[in-house]
Amino acid sequence: MNLPEEVRIQTKNVDFYYSDKQTLKNVNMAIYKNRVTAIIGPSGCGKSTFIRLLNRMNDLIPNTRVEGQVILDNKNIYDQDIDVVALRRKVGMVFQKPNPFPKSIRDNLSYGLTINGLNDKELIEKTVRRSLEEAALWEEVKDRLHESALRLSGGQQQRLCIARCLVVEPEVILFDEPCASLDPISTKRIEELIEQLKENYTIVIVTHNMQQAARVSDYTAFMYLGELIEFGPTEKIFTVPEDKRTEEYISGKFG
Amino acid sequence: MKKNARIQFFGFGFLYLAIIVAVLTLGAIIYFITVNGIKVINWEFLTRVPRRAMTQGGIAPALVGTFYLTIGAILFALPMGLACAIYLTEYSPKSSVVNIIRVSINNLAGVPSVVFGLFGLTVFVKFFGFGVSILSGSLTLGIMILPGIISAAQEALIAVPQSLREASLALGATQWQTIRKIVLPTALPGILTGVILSIGRAAGETAPIMFTAVTFYTRGFPNSILDEVMALPYHIYALMTEGTFPERQTMIAYGCALILLFLVLMVSGIAIYLRQRQRKYELA
Repeated sequence: MNLPEEVRIQTKNVDFYYSDKQTLKNVNMAIYKNRVTAIIGPSGCGKSTFIRLLNRMNDLIPNTRVEGQVILDNKNIYDQDIDVVALRRKVGMVFQKPNPFPKSIRDNLSYGLTINGLNDKELIEKTVRRSLEEAALWEEVKDRLHESALRLSGGQQQRLCIARCLVVEPEVILFDEPCASLDPISTKRIEELIEQLKENYTIVIVTHNMQQAARVSDYTAFMYLGELIEFGPTEKIFTVPEDKRTEEYISGKFG
Repeated sequence: MKKNARIQFFGFGFLYLAIIVAVLTLGAIIYFITVNGIKVINWEFLTRVPRRAMTQGGIAPALVGTFYLTIGAILFALPMGLACAIYLTEYSPKSSVVNIIRVSINNLAGVPSVVFGLFGLTVFVKFFGFGVSILSGSLTLGIMILPGIISAAQEALIAVPQSLREASLALGATQWQTIRKIVLPTALPGILTGVILSIGRAAGETAPIMFTAVTFYTRGFPNSILDEVMALPYHIYALMTEGTFPERQTMIAYGCALILLFLVLMVSGIAIYLRQRQRKYELA
């Protein structure tokens, strides 16, 4: 891995307030292109809040406020004239709990296309297949695309959600604890998938599982009480952390 | 331990008793109406107009009238109620004004039906000049069932997991696309349950249509939505309170009641069918 790398997203002095409570304090961080960036930290440290800032998902929560800048393609995504819909198409998200729509497997995937006014059946079929293959789910579901997505197992549902996200061809994919509700085997498959996806996508993953961060990521950020304590190449964070709190968290002294 | 077991025994006993009473009551109603009503029901009863001061002929105009009134009420109340519910749950800010609206809607549900009847008389029959007609009656019934539909739809919308909205928005869908394609289909079964209950209520009420839509007797069928009609509940009421052949009339009234039950079941059946069709994507 050769530094310096290409920055995809840069946050500048980001503060986040929930009502009067400040849950992010002056976060400055770079997300590098075609790399996996893991965000670790104890519960309530603001890691989920942070990742949800990157595609403005926090807009949905009332009484919240953002200060500072999140720069993507030379623009602050919190500027007035930003098209949030276009932003979310560029920055996709996979959530903590698999959340397939109560529709057929095929409809779960074609949704991302039809909302963009695409009706070409052949193209839809092709995209459905490509995204399922990319998410390593095609072989398991190719004969039951018409079945309800809710009949799939938890791990399959999560891979379907990843495929659903890939359909709209985002450039950045945010994973918010994607394996939190999955068994170890499903977790392993998702991790392998993330490994492959970084060839084409920029990936940010929030996890409370330090081994997972160590396994899948190129960069790791440690957050604590709303602050970014330390950020750097994963190897360095896990072997020679600079901050005492990082070291204590990684060695399991608190968490 | 023994004491707990005893408490549980009585607790379960009470639950069983409650369910038995409920089922028996329902069964008894259906049984008596069927036994008393089945005698007068034949093809003529269903397809002919009443003759000889209601003691002969059929009840076809009342059947048709109730059908029109109920469908009209749903046609008005469902889109209106759905729109209100969508606004209140998906778009409205959490402000005191919206809270007042919510409370008002809930209170509206508690207003006695005869009050709606008087309201319909003043507003639709007189003020808008629709006269005593299917239109006036449908609108009055529609307003009566509106709060029920709004609450049912609101609850169904609130029950849609936030995670589905997030998933849709994260794909770059607009809020309207999310509501239209994800939230509404997911909420549909719950909404239809509200519609089913409202159908029963609209078809069965007498008071709201008494001054706004119905008449004691028509020679034939309505030609337009501005015609007055006969309706089953009012027909039952009239048979039981007026006329000179009480015994014969009571039998016919039971016949009407049976038909009314059947009609409600049929219209609800459509809603239940739609509900099942949507539910096939829910976990089996």
